[in-house]
Amino acid sequence: MAALDTNPVTNTAALQADASRLFRKKRLFSFAVPALILVYLTYIFFAFDIMGLVQKANGDNARSLIADTYSHKVHITRDNRNGAVTAAIEGEKKGRYPEGTAPDWVELGETTVIDLGDGHIITYGPETITYDVPGYGLIKATPSRSRGVVQEYPTDEIPEWINASKNRMAITTEAGRLTVTRNRSEVFRYFTGWELFFFTLSSPYHGMGFGELVSRAFNGEAAAIMNDFWNNPMWLHGQVAWAIGETILMAFLGTMGAAIVALPLAFLAAKNFAPLMAVRFATRRFFYFLRGVDALIWTIILSRAFGLGPLTGALAILITDTGSFGKMFSEALENVDKKQIEGIRSTGAKPIQRYRFGVIPQITPVLLSQILYYLESNTRSATIIGAITGGGIGLMLTQAIITQKDWEEVTYYIVLVVLMVMMMDTISGWLRGKLIGSSEDKH
Amino acid sequence: MAELSAGSVSVNSIQNSYMEQVRRKRLYSFIALIIFAALMVSGFNTAAARNGGSFWGGIDNFFDYPADVVGEAAEKFAELPAHFVTYFPALVETVNIAAVSTLIGALFAIILSLLSTRGLAKFPKLVGVFRRAMDIMRAVPEIVIALILIFILGGGPVPAMIAIAIHTAGALGKLYSEVNENADLKPVDGLSSVGATWSQKMLLAVVPQVAPNWLSYALLRFEINIRASAILGFVGAGGLGYELKNAISWGQGRYDEAGAMFILLFLTIVLFDQISSYYRDRLVHGAGEGGH
Repeated sequence: MAALDTNPVTNTAALQADASRLFRKKRLFSFAVPALILVYLTYIFFAFDIMGLVQKANGDNARSLIADTYSHKVHITRDNRNGAVTAAIEGEKKGRYPEGTAPDWVELGETTVIDLGDGHIITYGPETITYDVPGYGLIKATPSRSRGVVQEYPTDEIPEWINASKNRMAITTEAGRLTVTRNRSEVFRYFTGWELFFFTLSSPYHGMGFGELVSRAFNGEAAAIMNDFWNNPMWLHGQVAWAIGETILMAFLGTMGAAIVALPLAFLAAKNFAPLMAVRFATRRFFYFLRGVDALIWTIILSRAFGLGPLTGALAILITDTGSFGKMFSEALENVDKKQIEGIRSTGAKPIQRYRFGVIPQITPVLLSQILYYLESNTRSATIIGAITGGGIGLMLTQAIITQKDWEEVTYYIVLVVLMVMMMDTISGWLRGKLIGSSEDKH
Repeated sequence: MAELSAGSVSVNSIQNSYMEQVRRKRLYSFIALIIFAALMVSGFNTAAARNGGSFWGGIDNFFDYPADVVGEAAEKFAELPAHFVTYFPALVETVNIAAVSTLIGALFAIILSLLSTRGLAKFPKLVGVFRRAMDIMRAVPEIVIALILIFILGGGPVPAMIAIAIHTAGALGKLYSEVNENADLKPVDGLSSVGATWSQKMLLAVVPQVAPNWLSYALLRFEINIRASAILGFVGAGGLGYELKNAISWGQGRYDEAGAMFILLFLTIVLFDQISSYYRDRLVHGAGEGGH
């Protein structure tokens, strides 16, 4: 039997059979895996009802969202009951032009003339509202209490960019938008850029050039200028800065607190420092429990106990990450080199000194790099947790999104969040380099 | 004699300068520690001041809510299995969101990582562009994308799925490109010499080398994504998180259901944690040796 096995012919045959079996297996594998993925995605396609979603998707929402991110609109509103005309940026109270004033493309008077540019002229007359659309003609609409909105068009057929019914008329052109109802006439004109980002209309510094601002700042108005910018009622720069600070604070307190709590506990979970099996086991289960319960549940429990706010968010991060850090730290402790500790012991050092000079220096680089990595990742978590516990930029962001109105503010917050996370990434990378030496070439 | 004294002088000066260095280092460490402690204390107080409830007040009733939940769940213990059945579909949705987003995210991460690894990139000049793109994908928190998509697409699992997939693509892409950097380039050169296209080279020369590591990272990510998908459900993206939000904001009476969901979520996280760490171990250390 043994002689047969060494026979080169059968041996080759057996090898070949082996090889082809392996090939078959691999071939099957390389078809089966994509096929399985495809089957799973098909299941998901129906389970998540993608078809229904495509029909449900709201294109208008998407368009207004995208338009709002880079532009703003000015509303010129006429109250059809008393004829009063007001101009307001984004239609907001905070962006309203003072009584009797309007942007320079609007001429207030008995007949208000609104020039949308490119020959689009809208007039608010004492009775009738007209819109002169170049290439189409003059549209007239007369709102009245008894007969709805009486409309006159130059052509018999109403084009599709006009949405007309008995009580409402809406005209959308590339220059802007006019809506007339019985109670109200409103013109939207779109402009590129974020409105009133630096100063609102109520501030004396609105509309000043950069040079003039600088010269006024040198003449002792720096504090006033700063104050008007910081307390801008529309963009709330001061509050936004606070919120960003709060989010970073949550991440910082949570991460560092978790590290401080986890370090002593990690000694209890490490094989070479906790001789008692039961203690080790209990500590490890405890870490596992903290991680398994998950930040979401901790957040819910904590917000019941501590109320809403940044402290709750910080504690939620602290508790979850104590579990993660405990596990990682105890693994790092199990990997320490015994020789250094023995060397310290040979000089007659007490246990505390042995830990301080024999153990801590060995695990510091691992600890620091993990803590710094978590600090960065927790900045992101703090945004999400903040949305639930009501603190920081996460809350402002969700509120701005839920009101579904000011997408430019949402864009602003998103940009800030991305910058914040990238800044934390850079800082933690820089600190890691400073404290541990360049770890980049270690992996 | 002169030489000797010169020697001792230099030893002294070396010792002095060494001690000086040690002292300075200790001083710096001490200052850093003080600053750190001050930051912690002031940060804690600031956070506590801006919080709805106080810290010490909260500590006292920390266990109230869990006790209420556990109490009510224990009281209605017989109903728990029924709750498990009720919320199982929601749990499946949460896990599905995590699984699909990991899958799609990983596929994109593979492409992005191959395009952003020096030596493998198809367009070497665009390596920096793809890296920046991944940085941004990683930096945008999932909740932001999810909420915007909920606005456009309406509530449901898809916004959460897309949001997590984008983040996953960025996060895994970075890890994958680090793995790719360690791949041996000889097979790639071999395939180039027989005129293989870029995708053939990647598929046949790079993927077999790095696939185990890719898979292992993807499994780890799956674990993280289950948690993320539960949290996103809480802000309106469907799944168990959404049911949980409804149950706990229902006033007082639905603690037993909340308790059932806590248990479901905990068990799911623990289960997938175990499965993924078992397979990760096998992938990294090889199947033959088993766990360590």
